[in-house]
Amino acid sequence: MKEAPAHTPYHPRWYRSRVSTYWWLGKWAHLKFILREISSVFVAVFVVLLLLEIWALERGPGAYAEFQRWLESPPLVALSLLSFFFVVFHAITWFSLAPRAMVVRLRGTRLPDAVIAGSNYLAWLIVSVIIGWALLGG
Amino acid sequence: MGETIELEVTRYTPERDREPSRQTYAVPLRKDWTVLDGLNHIKDREDGSLTFRWSCRMGICGSCGMMVNGEPKLTCATFLFRYAPGPVRVEPLRYFPIIRDLVVAINDFMAKLQAVKPWIIREEEKALAEGEYLQTPQQLEVYKQYSMCINCMICYAACPVYGLDPLFAGPAAIALAQRYNMDSRDQGAAERLSILSQHEGIWGCTFVGECTKVCPKQVDPAGAIQQYKLTAAKKWIQGLLMPWGAK
Repeated sequence: MKEAPAHTPYHPRWYRSRVSTYWWLGKWAHLKFILREISSVFVAVFVVLLLLEIWALERGPGAYAEFQRWLESPPLVALSLLSFFFVVFHAITWFSLAPRAMVVRLRGTRLPDAVIAGSNYLAWLIVSVIIGWALLGG
Repeated sequence: MGETIELEVTRYTPERDREPSRQTYAVPLRKDWTVLDGLNHIKDREDGSLTFRWSCRMGICGSCGMMVNGEPKLTCATFLFRYAPGPVRVEPLRYFPIIRDLVVAINDFMAKLQAVKPWIIREEEKALAEGEYLQTPQQLEVYKQYSMCINCMICYAACPVYGLDPLFAGPAAIALAQRYNMDSRDQGAAERLSILSQHEGIWGCTFVGECTKVCPKQVDPAGAIQQYKLTAAKKWIQGLLMPWGAK
């Protein structure tokens, strides 16, 4: 880093501090933010696993059984558990942030945050039930 | 003198010091004293060379923002007894260059504020004789929250994105742009969007959300930025689907 220029009456030497690489470790809110950013990687892991599953299905029952055995191996179980934790974390933080971005006004007054977040959860529940019904019961 | 509390204050004299240091002062701990009262006590009674900004003492002027125990605060609205028995660390606002002691350079913020054109823009001004631009209480309500911003820069000191990327427009500037975008009398939204839809504008924000938590005026800059992103995305899709209608 360049040395700050010397102080003169016309060029005051301002002191600039550098932001630490580990700035996110000092505060829980910052750490939570970084975890939330990292959670996107695990959302992608879930998607990749799903695509691999479809690919295995397409290659026939033998390939699918092999894929399932691979999924049951301890490292994959650990990865799935970790991914599940991060995906749930991602979803919950997403819904709690939704009221900040969504402003819904009813007869001129802004709907409270709890209503916005609650309706997001409700929509999630309805979609989950429909998918569950289509996969299991339909 | 009765009970006291220690203030650990950042000192930096550019003509003399290579980097800031900390000096400890004991000030009276009174129920109605704020951190700013403590600093004024030091300046009046103990060390007249201590330098800091302040003006109104009532949360209006936005001059006395500092880091108090690592959190950005308006020192005129932060009571000393909340930190008893102390010590209380008082530092200049984070992420800004320090000019002297607790005074930071605000040039960068002023330039960003001006860049987003925080004033009412009209395509065509109506004649004075035609009267004022009228507004209903409902229309006022839409942007009123954002108009409460006092430019204290506390949100910048809470924003790690600004700390890491000084080119980022920052929470208050974007919230104020939004304040005028949502004003029914304004017609400058497209002009501001072209400035703020760049990477260093709204898209630089990664939604840490700390700006909203620390705002002493409940402005909610994080909300303003996310709503702005939504508007920008809608405009982009609109332009993609209906290129002839987009402006």
